This record gives sequence, structure tokens and C-alpha cells, in this order.
Amino acid sequence: MAKVVSRKESFWDRFYIPALLIGLSVTLKHFFRSLVLGKTKTIQYPEVKREYSQRFRGRHFISIDQNKIENCTSCYLCQTVCPAECITIVAEERDPAQNPYGVAKEKKPLSFDIDALRCCFCGMCEEACPKDAIKLSRDYELATLNRDEAMYDLNYLKREVKGRG
Amino acid sequence: MSLFDILAILGKVAFVLAVVLGSVPLIVWFERRGSAWIQGRVGPNRVGPFGLFQPFVDVVKFATKENFVPRDSSKVYYHLAPALAVVAPLAAFAVIPFGSQIIVMGQAIQLQITQLDIGILAILAFAGLEIYPVMLAGWSSNNKYGVFGALRGSSQMMSYEIAFGLSLASMLLVYGTFDLNEMVRYQQNTFFGFLPKWGILLNPLSFLIFLIAIFVETNRLPFDLPEGDSELVAGYHIEYGATKFMMFFFAEYVAMIMASSVLVTLFLGGYATLPGVGLLIHTLGISLDLTSDNQQNLLALGQVTSFIFKVALIMIFYVWVRWTLPRFRFDQLMNLGWKILFPLSLINLMFVASFLAWIGG
Repeated sequence: MAKVVSRKESFWDRFYIPALLIGLSVTLKHFFRSLVLGKTKTIQYPEVKREYSQRFRGRHFISIDQNKIENCTSCYLCQTVCPAECITIVAEERDPAQNPYGVAKEKKPLSFDIDALRCCFCGMCEEACPKDAIKLSRDYELATLNRDEAMYDLNYLKREVKGRG
Repeated sequence: MSLFDILAILGKVAFVLAVVLGSVPLIVWFERRGSAWIQGRVGPNRVGPFGLFQPFVDVVKFATKENFVPRDSSKVYYHLAPALAVVAPLAAFAVIPFGSQIIVMGQAIQLQITQLDIGILAILAFAGLEIYPVMLAGWSSNNKYGVFGALRGSSQMMSYEIAFGLSLASMLLVYGTFDLNEMVRYQQNTFFGFLPKWGILLNPLSFLIFLIAIFVETNRLPFDLPEGDSELVAGYHIEYGATKFMMFFFAEYVAMIMASSVLVTLFLGGYATLPGVGLLIHTLGISLDLTSDNQQNLLALGQVTSFIFKVALIMIFYVWVRWTLPRFRFDQLMNLGWKILFPLSLINLMFVASFLAWIGG
């Protein structure tokens, strides 16, 4: 049911002039605060970039160990959990003769493709990964000049990213 | 008419056009940066120093866009509307005095394009003409938002024309003349030797009504219902793009400058110099040992400068109000116009008339 709210307006309030003057003084204050003191909220984007939190989910990468070998063992968990179905992995066995890790890294990805145009950046691949291999960095400038550049292959994903970028 | 007169008139026309059209980009720049400062933003600051060239770049953008004409529009009126929108306010500048006179080669030139005895009526006529582009554009573009904008625009301009005219009529009674030059000369007198006899001090209520009315007449916020971006997309000029939109955009600012010039002429002393500046110019003229002709020219320079200064202050006020107040609802607008401003201006007119009759004996 509609409830009638009675607003108590004094004699002067009904002229609206005092309220107008208050409003004008507020905007004037903000005008000089921006103009003279330079207190603005704008981030001058290409020169100054916003720092996002450590939890921000941006461009993907695959973490690498000290030998620059990817941590991924092609378990397919990320590909299975991905709601956008943007991850495609082809698994391969690591050559037993040249494998310093033994059973820890018996499998490796032959190819690991992410279609960034399909990705919805939900971060479920990151949660599912038992090896902390696939991760989302803080890099948010994902624009490309053509579609092919948005297909990340293993070589690109293995790039060195410090922390979370 | 001698060659000198023709050249003088052409010179005055060129001067007025240059100042008016040249100041539009500056006002647009101030509007964008001023709004940004009021809202705690920075605004366009990339093109040129302080972003001052942004309006010029915008003009290039508009001019190079596709010249689109809607298929079902009435072609003649569709093209006539933006032209009329620019012409009507520009024509009104012909009668506004922006200085007393300058003396070139021993001949006096009035700083007013045409010296009309009924100047204020010409301004009223051209101000009335400003309704036509709104109606023509809204109707001829064959768009429902356009028609809504045109309906709102014409009804609000009609309603406020009354308050506008009545507050103006009370000033006509005070000055006792239709001649704008005479009005300014009257305002150069002073109360008690120091307070200028400006219209705002003679009749403050009339000033307030006139100020509100010109906001409505020029479709500025808080009365921008014909455009009403959030409800009518762009109102009457929704189907206009490229250069034709630019003309409407330009016309809006030219109309604002025109309305402020009328306001300044009627209420803020017109080209009368600010208190103290006249004395300064006089002493400067004597100390530089100028001839009386050049003293007059120096005074005229001071008068033109103070006229532009006063108009600029009103323009800043326009921008300031725009970014302070929200838009009125249509019924509120009509209530304000018909139930408050109309009776108020009528009472004001009656009061001024009877007061003048009383002191006039």
C-alpha cells in the first residue's frame, strides 16, 4: 500500500531559492577543488595505469619451474571444468631418458591452446589445477588487432610472469 | 550612403560575427571542462594547450561525417530547420549595442550594426523565430521522439514568452524607450554618485524572471525538455547528423550568447563600463596625452571589453547552473511558467507602472 510521506516545508523552502543557492555553492566548491587544488578522480590512462588487486583475473599464463619447464601435467582438469570450453589440451609422455622429475612430471602438454575470445575469466581452471600450473595474471589489456592473436598457445602461455603480473 | 558608411557597416558585421562565432568553441570548451571540474573529473585535455583545440577537432569530425537524410522526412523543412536555427539568433545581434562610438578619420561610427528605434521589438521578433527550427526539425524528421521534442519545445517557449515579455515590458516602462542605446545611456547614471543605475538594481524581480525565462527560451538545463537526453534521446534534432547537427549545436550556443547580451543590455548596464573602470580610462587617456578622438576610442575599447566581460559572466553562470540543477518535470515546468512566473511578472508590471505614475506625478 502506498504510504503518504508528508514533507514539512518551511515558508522559505517553498521558494526553492535557498535550496538553489546551496546547490550552486556545492558545485562551485567542487569546481574550485578540481581547478585549483587539482583533486580529480580521473586516471590518465595510457600514462597512468590502475593497480588491480592480487585477486584480479586477467590474461592467462602457465607457471614454470626453475628449469623453465611448465608445471602442467596434462591432467585435463581445467579443460573439463571450463564452462566456456575454451581450453584444448593435447597430452604427451615426457621422454623417460631425459626426465629429471621422475613420476612428478611423467606427462606434459604437446599443445595447450586457450581461446581468449571464448574465455569468461571465471577462474575455475585456476581453482581446479592440482599443480598451480594455469593461472590468471593481473594483465587486463587484452585487445588484439586480429582474432589469431587472441588464441594463446603453449609457447605464449609459458612466458615469464612475476607473481601475478 | 557613402563608401565609408558601407565599409563601416561591413566592418561592424565582421567584428560581431567573428566575436560571436569565435567565442562558441571557447564556451563549448568551458562547458566540457567546467562540467568535468564540477564533477571531479579532468575533461578534454589532450588536444592543444588545456584541450583548447578540442572543439575545432570536433568540428572537423562533424564535417567529415556521412551526410544522412532520413527517407520519410519532408526534405525542404528538414534542411530549412538547422539554417533557421543559426540565422534567427545571429540576426538579433544586429540591434545590440556593444559600445558607444568610435571616431575614425573624423567620422563617428556607432558600435551597433543597425540603429533601430524599436530595437527591443526586433529582438523579441527574432527570439520568437527561434521556436520555428524546433518545430520544423521535430516534425519534418518523421520520428516520434522528434515530434515529442518539438511539442515540448514549442509549448514551453510559448508559455515562457509571456513571462519574458512582461518582465521586459516593465523595464521598458522604467527606461521609457524602445531604443537599446538609450537604455544603456540611462544605466550609465548613478545612484548617490557611485552605485550604477543598472536595471538589476532598479527592478530585481524583473531580472530574476527574465533570467529564468531565457533559460527556458534557450532550452538549457534545468529546462532542456525538448532535448531531454535521458527520455527523448535527443529530442527534436534526433534525426540530424554531421554538419546539420553541428548547426543546431552551434545555434544553441549562439542563442545563449544572444539571450545573455539582451540580459546584459537590459539589466547589467550594457556596454557601460564597470564602476571605477571609466575613471581609470579617463585618467589613462589624459596621462597618455591623447587627442579627444583617441580618448573616445579608448573609452569605446573599454566599453566593448566590459560588454564581453559581462556576457562571459552570464555564460559562465549558464554552465554553472546546467551542472548543478536536475531537469524539471514537464508539469513542474508548466506550473512554474503559468502559475508563478506569469502572475508574478504581471504584478511586477502593475507595481512598476503605478510606482512610475506616482513619482511622475
